[in-house]
Amino acid sequence: MTIILTLISLILISIAVWQLTKIFELSKPVQSESTGVATDNDNDINGKLMFLFLIFLYALTIFSFFKWGDVLLPESASVHGKKSDALLWFTFSVIFVVQTITQALLYYFAFKYRGNKTRKAFFFPDSNLLEGVWTVIPAIALSGIILYGLMTWTDIMTIEENDEALVVEIYAQQFNWKVRYSGDDGVLGDANVRFLKEFGGKNLVGIDPTDPNGEDDVVVQELHLPVDRQVVFRIRSQDVLHSMYMPHFRAQMNAVPGMINQFAFTPNVTTREMRLKKEVVDKVKKINNIRFEKSQELAANGEFPLDPYEFDFLLLCNKVCGASHYNMQMKIVVETKEEFEDWFDEQVTFKEFIK
Amino acid sequence: MSKTETSHDDHHDHHHKETFITKYIFSIDHKMISKQYLITGLIMGIVGISMSLLFRLQLAWPEQSFGIFDVLLGKWATDGVMDPNVYLALVTIHGTIMVFFVLTAGLSGTFSNILIPLQIGARDMASGFLNMLSYWLFFISSALMIASLFVEAGPAAAGWTIYPPLSALPQAQLGSGAGMTLWLLSMAVFIVSSLLAALNYIVTVVNLRTKGMTFTRLPLTIWAFLVTAIIGVVSFPVLLSAALLLIMDRSFGTSFFLSDIFIQGEVLHYQGGSPVLFEHLFWFLGHPEVYIVLLPALGIASEVIATNSRKPIFGYRAMIFSILAIAFLSTIVWGHHMFITGMNPFLGSVFTFTTLLIAIPSAVKAFNYIATLWKGNIQFNPGMLFAIGLVSTFISGGLTGIILGDSALDINLHDTYFVVAHFHLVMGISALYGLFAGVYHWFPKMFGRMLNKNLGYIHFWITAIGAYGVFFPMHFIGMAGLPRRYYTNTNFPYFDDLANINVVITMFALIAGAAQLIFLYNFINSMFYGEKTEQNPWRSNTLEWTAPIKHIHGNWPGKIPHVHRWPYDYSKPGSKEDFIPQNIPLKKGEKELQH
Repeated sequence: MTIILTLISLILISIAVWQLTKIFELSKPVQSESTGVATDNDNDINGKLMFLFLIFLYALTIFSFFKWGDVLLPESASVHGKKSDALLWFTFSVIFVVQTITQALLYYFAFKYRGNKTRKAFFFPDSNLLEGVWTVIPAIALSGIILYGLMTWTDIMTIEENDEALVVEIYAQQFNWKVRYSGDDGVLGDANVRFLKEFGGKNLVGIDPTDPNGEDDVVVQELHLPVDRQVVFRIRSQDVLHSMYMPHFRAQMNAVPGMINQFAFTPNVTTREMRLKKEVVDKVKKINNIRFEKSQELAANGEFPLDPYEFDFLLLCNKVCGASHYNMQMKIVVETKEEFEDWFDEQVTFKEFIK
Repeated sequence: MSKTETSHDDHHDHHHKETFITKYIFSIDHKMISKQYLITGLIMGIVGISMSLLFRLQLAWPEQSFGIFDVLLGKWATDGVMDPNVYLALVTIHGTIMVFFVLTAGLSGTFSNILIPLQIGARDMASGFLNMLSYWLFFISSALMIASLFVEAGPAAAGWTIYPPLSALPQAQLGSGAGMTLWLLSMAVFIVSSLLAALNYIVTVVNLRTKGMTFTRLPLTIWAFLVTAIIGVVSFPVLLSAALLLIMDRSFGTSFFLSDIFIQGEVLHYQGGSPVLFEHLFWFLGHPEVYIVLLPALGIASEVIATNSRKPIFGYRAMIFSILAIAFLSTIVWGHHMFITGMNPFLGSVFTFTTLLIAIPSAVKAFNYIATLWKGNIQFNPGMLFAIGLVSTFISGGLTGIILGDSALDINLHDTYFVVAHFHLVMGISALYGLFAGVYHWFPKMFGRMLNKNLGYIHFWITAIGAYGVFFPMHFIGMAGLPRRYYTNTNFPYFDDLANINVVITMFALIAGAAQLIFLYNFINSMFYGEKTEQNPWRSNTLEWTAPIKHIHGNWPGKIPHVHRWPYDYSKPGSKEDFIPQNIPLKKGEKELQH
């Protein structure tokens, strides 16, 4: 399907080029004239093309929203994400209006005032009033956006001391993620890369064996989070820069070697609830259709078909970290308090693990 | 000033013979140096743009075999399938070449050189020798960068921002060995070249203006070049220091940017450094660099739009003021690249505030361009098309900057394709359009011949459709959460529905890329066989069009023209012609605008 569409658009574009060449060719009067300087005829054609281009720009915008609007991230699954999404769509509506108006003025003026020999331009070098207007109006609009933005930012980045919060360490290395829970004491044991080689490589995130807080820490390869409870992430890296990116929660923070970064949010939709949301159901259906088509192609070539896809929250690496950067990912499971506790009880503590 | 004039006039009487080498290679004439910059920049541009087409093929049809990969990438594409290492290398070198070699040296180097002496009425740059030196250093750095493509383990691949530790440790990726060493050397030489050039531009504009050429009679091109040079002098040394410290970390065991690292089973000795320090140093140049790229393009657009609208640029003083405001603000916003690096959130607030302020002078510029078109008598010469295209992409790309500059929104969009779409429109495409506008407009001045306008029209319209076709849909991929610099997204079924968009983007990229061949043909063909130009083909006011078409040492055969008015007296009431060059004295009773 895509190939057909591309072919069609290629053909249409080549026709357009051919036609354009012809128009420019025909627009040449018989007598010899400069091949470099625009004539009235060139001005007329290009002025009209300017107007057509404005239509192309609007059509592209409408087409993109109509055709690809459904690829955007679904509704946020975290508490702060709803606020930042509101800010995003507020800002978008402002810039959308500005974009629509300014592009219209630009291309319409280019079309309307296309030159010819009889026209004389209006000498209009300056107007303090106009310049004042288009300094003050953006200034006011931006003050609003800045204030709204700063309030949201402060709200997201202020991590309140909270005994109830779950403290989780996200540990990055080329090219995978590990997770460390603080265990019953709620405190992560000290850690450093120098301890990584101890216990025959079983000290996966370099916990300091002399720190008693580390004994009940739990290191796993899959991130489980209880719903509606604040999670404070402590983010570390053992080698190069990585970035902990969880798009469905509108969360991101870099993992920097030699430094512990923090980010906190409260997930408020479980994986199961998320899979039932209409936009997610539709998206998964669409993806599975694509995968099904591709599987048939693969099967025809005697290769293995693709598995059907089921929605899961994702943790991705979003800072280039080497050759396999594109596949540094981890599944995130958000579940009820009970499910989380059941899962957690099955895990092995650091002390047991290194025995 | 009169002293320089006479000495140059003397100089002219006894012509000394020029050899091929002093005329074409080690020339100290700004006009020749400008051509050297342009041609080197275009060659680097061909390399940079071709690279982008290669990785666009991989992104649209991941892990498929292409004969062209086999031919161009050799051992890096077994059976014609691109290797992930080479994907990152291509992305890195594409960025480096386009930002520094094409849009900094190629754009600023070309037009500052040709226009500064000619538009301010000077015989040449303040120091012809330094000027020659800066070109040849640029040439050496280009050669080093190209050479780095051929080292055994491949060129630098850590992204054009070369954040350590990835760029510092050869164990971390293939490209961080000899490839990165060459990258750093190349950039160090490049920075020296830019600094020499910038100092020369500043001194020339400040000291060598002809009689009557006050600062408020300077064309906006010159204002843009002057301010660009000042930003360069302020910020490039900081990048040099970052590069030198990185070289120390890589080769001499220091720990400026490294700490607590365990890689390939070994704990490294580095202790106490921080990659975040590198990010600060890098972006202290990196952000002003955006304006080093963009301001010359905007300067060119001001000149081309005013000339071809046959109207004064609207709000000349406001334009100067906004250039200065943008330049000042550009040096205090670098932190917006670092909202999520672990920098103190309070600093994030400060940088959000300063960053969004830039939208105000930018808006003033955009509205002033639109007001210049209003009630004009627009001549659609090819340069004018590109200048209008520039205003359009500057607006489209600039507006999404309001989103990315807002720290709260950057959290989720940082390093996604939304960012890629944003900066390609606002600085990539805009500056490239500025470069094309400049080439079409000043080609007659540089080569004495005209570019073919019909080929120019076709070049513009295909490029314009291609550019929006590539970068408009790209915003959607970013808002779907797809990170940049991914070799493929097939490992995430969640992103499977983006595959079609990627194909569309690549198709547009190939079309836009092909359109550049039309330009190349036009450029080379017109250089030798183009129609010979008239003295002042665009009926422009600025001084360069009073200099003879045939290039001579010292630019004007007799005395340097004096300046009596600002450069934008187009369609002035009371004048028969619709333009009055700057060297025409005021008529009796004619009032000069208070500019």
